[in-house]
Amino acid sequence: MMKSPLMKFLNRNPSVLIFLLILSVFTILITIGSEAFGFGFISTSLVKILGKTLCFCLVAISMDLVWGYCGILSLGHFAFFGLGGYMIGMWLMYERTRLIVLEAGKNAELPMTVQEIQNSIGSQIFGVVGGSEFPIIWTFSNFLWVQLLLIVFIPGLLALIFGWLAFRSRVTGVYLSILTQAMTLALALYLFQNDSGLRGNNGLSGLQNLPGLEDISQSVISMWFFWGSALALGLGYLFVKLIVESKLGNVIRGIRDNEQRMRFLGYNVEIYKLFIFTFTAIIAAIAGALYYPQAGIINPAELAPIASIYLAVWVAIGGRGRIYGAVIGAGVVSLLSSWLTGGQAPNISLGFIELKWVDWWLVLLGISFVLVTLYAPKGIGGLFDKLTKGARK
Amino acid sequence: MRSPHSLMDIKIMHRVLRLFVIIILFTTTAKAQPIFQDLVQSHALNIIKGSVKTAPKVIESIQRFGGKPTNKFLLEWQSKNLWSRRSDGLIFLVKSNDKKKYTLFDLETYDIVGIVKKNEIKQIKPNSGVRGLIGTALVSSQLTSNILANRIASLESLTRNPKRTHLEPLRKAILKESDPKVRSKMERLERLLTMQYDTDTVKRIAAIKSFSNDLGLDVRARLNPILETTLHLSQTPPKAGSYARILDINKTDRLTRTEAYDMIVKQGWATANISPKMKRTAIIKHIKNGRVAGFDIKDLNLETNRNLAYSRLTDSGLVSKDVNDTQIQLALNKTFFYEQYIEPSTQVVITAKNSLASIKTKVSISQGIDLFLDGLSLASIFFLAAIGLAITFGVMGVINMAHGEFIMMGAYTGYLIQQYITNYTLSIIIAIPIAFAVTFTAGVLMERLIIRHLYHRPLETLLATFGVSIALQQLAKNIFGTQARPLTSPDWLGGAWAINDVISISWIRVAIFGLSILFFVMLWFTLNKTRLGLETRAVTQNPRMAASMGINPDKINMLTFGLGSGIAGIAGIAIGLFAKVTSELGSDYIVQSFMTVVVGGVGNIWGTLAGAAMIGFLQKSIEWFNPSNTLAAQTFMIIFIIVFIQFRPRGIIALRGRAAGD
Repeated sequence: MMKSPLMKFLNRNPSVLIFLLILSVFTILITIGSEAFGFGFISTSLVKILGKTLCFCLVAISMDLVWGYCGILSLGHFAFFGLGGYMIGMWLMYERTRLIVLEAGKNAELPMTVQEIQNSIGSQIFGVVGGSEFPIIWTFSNFLWVQLLLIVFIPGLLALIFGWLAFRSRVTGVYLSILTQAMTLALALYLFQNDSGLRGNNGLSGLQNLPGLEDISQSVISMWFFWGSALALGLGYLFVKLIVESKLGNVIRGIRDNEQRMRFLGYNVEIYKLFIFTFTAIIAAIAGALYYPQAGIINPAELAPIASIYLAVWVAIGGRGRIYGAVIGAGVVSLLSSWLTGGQAPNISLGFIELKWVDWWLVLLGISFVLVTLYAPKGIGGLFDKLTKGARK
Repeated sequence: MRSPHSLMDIKIMHRVLRLFVIIILFTTTAKAQPIFQDLVQSHALNIIKGSVKTAPKVIESIQRFGGKPTNKFLLEWQSKNLWSRRSDGLIFLVKSNDKKKYTLFDLETYDIVGIVKKNEIKQIKPNSGVRGLIGTALVSSQLTSNILANRIASLESLTRNPKRTHLEPLRKAILKESDPKVRSKMERLERLLTMQYDTDTVKRIAAIKSFSNDLGLDVRARLNPILETTLHLSQTPPKAGSYARILDINKTDRLTRTEAYDMIVKQGWATANISPKMKRTAIIKHIKNGRVAGFDIKDLNLETNRNLAYSRLTDSGLVSKDVNDTQIQLALNKTFFYEQYIEPSTQVVITAKNSLASIKTKVSISQGIDLFLDGLSLASIFFLAAIGLAITFGVMGVINMAHGEFIMMGAYTGYLIQQYITNYTLSIIIAIPIAFAVTFTAGVLMERLIIRHLYHRPLETLLATFGVSIALQQLAKNIFGTQARPLTSPDWLGGAWAINDVISISWIRVAIFGLSILFFVMLWFTLNKTRLGLETRAVTQNPRMAASMGINPDKINMLTFGLGSGIAGIAGIAIGLFAKVTSELGSDYIVQSFMTVVVGGVGNIWGTLAGAAMIGFLQKSIEWFNPSNTLAAQTFMIIFIIVFIQFRPRGIIALRGRAAGD
């Protein structure tokens, strides 16, 4: 029997199959438990949280590729995540407002002209920031497929330009990290303005409602997005694994370990770094585009530098340089975060003082992050290494 | 229904009755009743039915009475708080908390006389003319008051809202004024009022000229109305000299084309332009059986079809004719739009123009200086926030993301000390060394516990210190809550140093500037002229070599890191004095601080100074182009830095040779 290259690859990397298997089983379990397609012991809000977590896992994978494998500690990948969300959010908001306007205009004496519809949509969307004109960046917001392309194109272009500038002048290490953080801050500050064209700090809202599908309940839609997120995560995992196991993977690991030496060996280091930086930015953007329709709202605070730092925290705790580590880190830490800060977790009583998880979770996270950096640089993933090594012996 | 005749009877009856009551009051209870009340009641008729003719007499007579109740009475009269009791016509001051209960107060003693329902009393509503008279009377009486504080207070309120009627009382008051300071202020106000309101053109021109070197906002606020214009239009060219300027309707921003055309239409020189909205209404009006002018309604979702339908309606004479763009343009071209000065005297206008121009030149020079001072103050804030980082990151190469939280710790230390020591001057003086000690200790602890293990692994240091930063921020939130805590500056730092009406800088910023200069000198001295500085530099350049020369690198690293952190603590107090102390205080500054160090050039404090200066001045300059939008200024600033690093990756002042490291 002829083995395709993909089969060969899977044979060599059984972890991919294991991961895909676990992901499939997880997806099926959630489907069975969901309100829409199963027994209903998993609430719609929980499905949404899990779907969002899958998106976090996807963006963590991209972070792992750029940081764990290529050695670029980017503190800006959440900005790309947010941008992706804005791109899909523009279409969702435009289309939904258009349908609302059309519905409202149905009983008018005269059918609305194109201009009247456009004006009405404009004043509905931009009324909060005191405008009604469509900014130029909304030109394509009525074409779903263009906005879908822009999800890839805009963050990709930003990453390309920024990366080209940064890598060309050989900004590396912590300087690069600070520069990426500055980029994130600049983007967030820009979006906070009312005349940024994206509704300032109001952000885009109502994204959980899919235009034209008002009759379908949120429990069904949340499952669609859950499946979409799971599929994207699976594909993302596969692609990233393909990259890191290829020759390209070897080169970027080489760059991580000794950039100078790779340059002397004749590799054009900048091009490799630029490719990885842009590619991961695009993955992050796709993850964001899947995330925000589940979250329902996006505003510039989501792009604040601290979000990108948390991304680094997830990957570090999960264990960088191993893709499953990123998935574990993002999954465990973000789920723990939302559970402990959601107020459902029981408080710990120390007799004289009662510790509230809402207050102390971040302190704990910070400290454990320090401890992980100091004593377990490989993160949770390092434990797996030890286990598998032990099994081999 | 009553006949008008009987109504008259009742009114007369009322007057007689009222007079009767007054007489009784005079005769029977003259000693028990306060006299002021009587005076008021004697004028009751004229107060209740106040007219511009009778009011001056009443006001004069009441003012002649003098004393405390006079002014209050006039004020209350002016602000419609006086009511007359229907039963006896007596006038009272009335206040009510709700719509049902009205409390009557005596006019002199302010004792409560009674509580009544609304229908028992009638409000006295002086008309605007009477109110104006009362206002002027109050002003002149206040301005000539024997108490200096009263005169100053009334002058201040006059300055805020001067009116034409105030000119005369003010001139009279100047003659009587004895205090030279108040007198000069009065004279200035008098000139301002003369400029705008005097009837004598020569006096006005003299007043306007006298202000041509004055940068005061009030002067510009009084001069600009003199140059105000009204818009006129005519079909023939206006006579030369009769207009301020002719507007080119295609370029001007005074009015849009639509507004201009509307004005023409109003004059009756052209037919009205029918807006799409009006067309829509007109079309809807003429819908018959789902059709309009041969169009099916569902086809009218196109602009062209609507226009066609409307023109068909026009043809059948159902609606008024629309004009097209060419007709509008033609009408606009035929019409002259020009501005005319409201001020009739050309002399006055020219003088005002010249004065304003000369003021404007001076104002823009002053604004330039003010911008420079603003930039300087922002630069010193950035410098102060970054200087500690310049040591830990710049000299030692340790990246400390918790630096911002050290700044925050310093600010909170200051706040805590102010809770115990209420003398602000003393508390700030005590807080500075304590904040230094606190953050020095924190820095040393962090160096010993974390950073020591991570030398030569800068990315890991960055991550670990992030962890510390997150934990410290949340800890501060747990302890102090999320609301901002005040760090109050002593009184002598309050207010601003106003050089003129345009240039002013708050004393806190001056102090921060001084503090940053002091820090710079001290740090430069420590690093370059002391044993510690020498050892620090040695350890940074080559720790092993330094160790073999008998320097303990561990100790030096610890002390240097502590020093950098301690300075952050003091910076925290300075920043806390003008910013709000919250747990996020530090994270607001951390990115800018790193930028400052990176842009300036890592490794020496001159670089930090240069970086702070550049970022501070640049940000203020960008803000100057668009003052309402500081967010945009920050965005452009960061983009500029990213591009700047392209050209000078090692910063403004780059180290060369061995000191530069790798």
